[in-house]
Amino acid sequence: MKIHEYQAKELFRKGGIPVPRGEVVTTPEAAYDLAKEYGGTVAVKAQVLVGGRGKAGGVKLAKTPDEARQYAEAILGMDIKGLTVERVLVTEAVDIAKEIYVGVIMDRSAQKPVIMASAAGGVEIEEVARETPELIHRTHIDPRYGALAFQSRALAGALHEDFKVVRQIAAIIEKLYDVFETTDASLAEINPLVVTPSGEVVAIDAKVNVDDSALYRQADLEAMRDLSAEDSGEVEARKADLSFVRLQGNVGCVVNGAGLAMATMDLIKTYGGEPANFLDIGGSSSPEKVVTALNIILSDPNVKSIFINIFGGITRCDDVARGLVTAFKEMDLNLPIVIRLTGTNEKEAKEILSEMDLHTAPTMDDGVKKAIELAN
Amino acid sequence: MSIFIDENTRLVVQGITGRDGSFHTSQMEQYGTRIVAGVTPGKGGGRFEDRIPIFNTVKEAVEKTGANTSVIYVRAPFAADAICEATDARIELVVCISEGIPVRDMSRVMPFLRSKNTRLIGPNCPGIIAPGKKTKVGILPGNIFKPGSVGVVSRSGTLTYEVVFQLTSNGFGQSTCVGIGGDPLIGTDFIDTLDAFQKDSETEAVVLIGEIGGTDEQEAAEFIKKNLDKPVVAFIAGQTAPEGKRMGHAGAIVSGASGTAKEKIEAFEKAGIPVARIPSEIAALVEKTAPGARK
Repeated sequence: MKIHEYQAKELFRKGGIPVPRGEVVTTPEAAYDLAKEYGGTVAVKAQVLVGGRGKAGGVKLAKTPDEARQYAEAILGMDIKGLTVERVLVTEAVDIAKEIYVGVIMDRSAQKPVIMASAAGGVEIEEVARETPELIHRTHIDPRYGALAFQSRALAGALHEDFKVVRQIAAIIEKLYDVFETTDASLAEINPLVVTPSGEVVAIDAKVNVDDSALYRQADLEAMRDLSAEDSGEVEARKADLSFVRLQGNVGCVVNGAGLAMATMDLIKTYGGEPANFLDIGGSSSPEKVVTALNIILSDPNVKSIFINIFGGITRCDDVARGLVTAFKEMDLNLPIVIRLTGTNEKEAKEILSEMDLHTAPTMDDGVKKAIELAN
Repeated sequence: MSIFIDENTRLVVQGITGRDGSFHTSQMEQYGTRIVAGVTPGKGGGRFEDRIPIFNTVKEAVEKTGANTSVIYVRAPFAADAICEATDARIELVVCISEGIPVRDMSRVMPFLRSKNTRLIGPNCPGIIAPGKKTKVGILPGNIFKPGSVGVVSRSGTLTYEVVFQLTSNGFGQSTCVGIGGDPLIGTDFIDTLDAFQKDSETEAVVLIGEIGGTDEQEAAEFIKKNLDKPVVAFIAGQTAPEGKRMGHAGAIVSGASGTAKEKIEAFEKAGIPVARIPSEIAALVEKTAPGARK
């Protein structure tokens, strides 16, 4: 789960990482008031859950309260990569002598967290990794001990020459690791971490992504979820414990199992069609889940046909078929549906479904081809 | 032979009294797995279906029954602890089915495992099956498998069943099928499994089913090129997955330009390993590269 910059900064503040004064507002007037209260230059920053805000014109420096109001007015309601800006963060501007990058992520290969630090801050770290990988310093952390002081010091020492500054950076690295750890983050990042001309170190941006699997024990973070930034189908699917991702095509998919669901989408593409979604209904055959799944798919006007692909393993095909019959009776379906059921109790399933107005397919390949044909 | 499990497997089921645990205990037993004990804290002294003794701790189960393998069906918040408990009781192989274990918890389990010489398969996996040994540990549907000489290793569940079903229908039985799991941190990776298949005299060819996210497949391609003299056929799911979205499995996510199906397919092709374009091509590719594997 992603959270906004202003929320991540709140976590930083609680964790003792210095961040400039700032508040999130939803109107140009409130931006004016804050800028007046702070005095001096402020930054007006769009709060959206995608990268590249600056390039899209979503971050501006305002020298006066009037400018703050103008920028807020321009940024609020702006569309950035398909997301509407509903909030701006108004924050005191900081003088920059040097920009640094510090981030913590889980290294899948090493199976432990890694702290990355670079003197090339303020640009995307992926770009630094591609262009000048030698500028990124990495230290793996044993999760049992956390970030040790000497490890943070060594990383900080590689970024700056003045030891007074190094000490501050080292403290921030340790605290950032603590934020990563206590919030069950998959990523905690400061880019840039700024060194001011007077030698102070301040985090002027903040990014924290949280491990979805840990949200059950992170109620405060779950409460930060911005539903307006998510696809309504994806929100509804999560409530029903389904995995759903919306795509742009016209063939809707209902599949059991994530791997098979991905393979089904790929197959649609291979045969010249376009999948409308990823959907894993899991091992369950409950009619409620099937109804919810179909409703989410049907709410997309692009969808012209639906392909149901079930491999009955432990989940028996006849159970799934009964679930489908119940679901179809409850719904008003006016789209062509192709179904392929293979595996345990396949014959019984076919008998149950024979009364329904469905296209059946013997294999995944046949089913996909039929669904594409019906969609076009 | 088979890998990781065989006729000497003596299984303890952690979470045997739960809904999934009890259902799959019966399924595994029907398939032929020797289940010697169950563990549910607080229910020690009882018996599962009047036969299998239940203990409060894994340690007790090991002492009383000689269990050497464990399978975990407990809910995610308690699953990391269950892995550590089995590890501490000197279980040799732990298979964790549970889905949704926080990554932070798994990152702490890993050094614990390494300190004790226990192998973990999973978490978030369907388990492992050796058809020739009539032994399965996990949730794989036994009826679609048949004894043979193709080794299967996969990050997925139902996609594996789909592929196995086609292998079986085309006359290719399986030596062992290992579901290594769909999480970002897993105990046994492609390389560990490929290494075991290379050493297994019964395995003549290997089918590897990967997906988007991480670099396991790329590392596996390198490993195969250097260390395997048995033919391998690969398939990668998720070519149409958008960037930054978790595709069901916690580990199936393309971050930036990294972890894409394209780079994984290229890694295999570069290593000279045939990659099936679609699942139904896999059996034909096995036929082409290892005709002798049909038995």
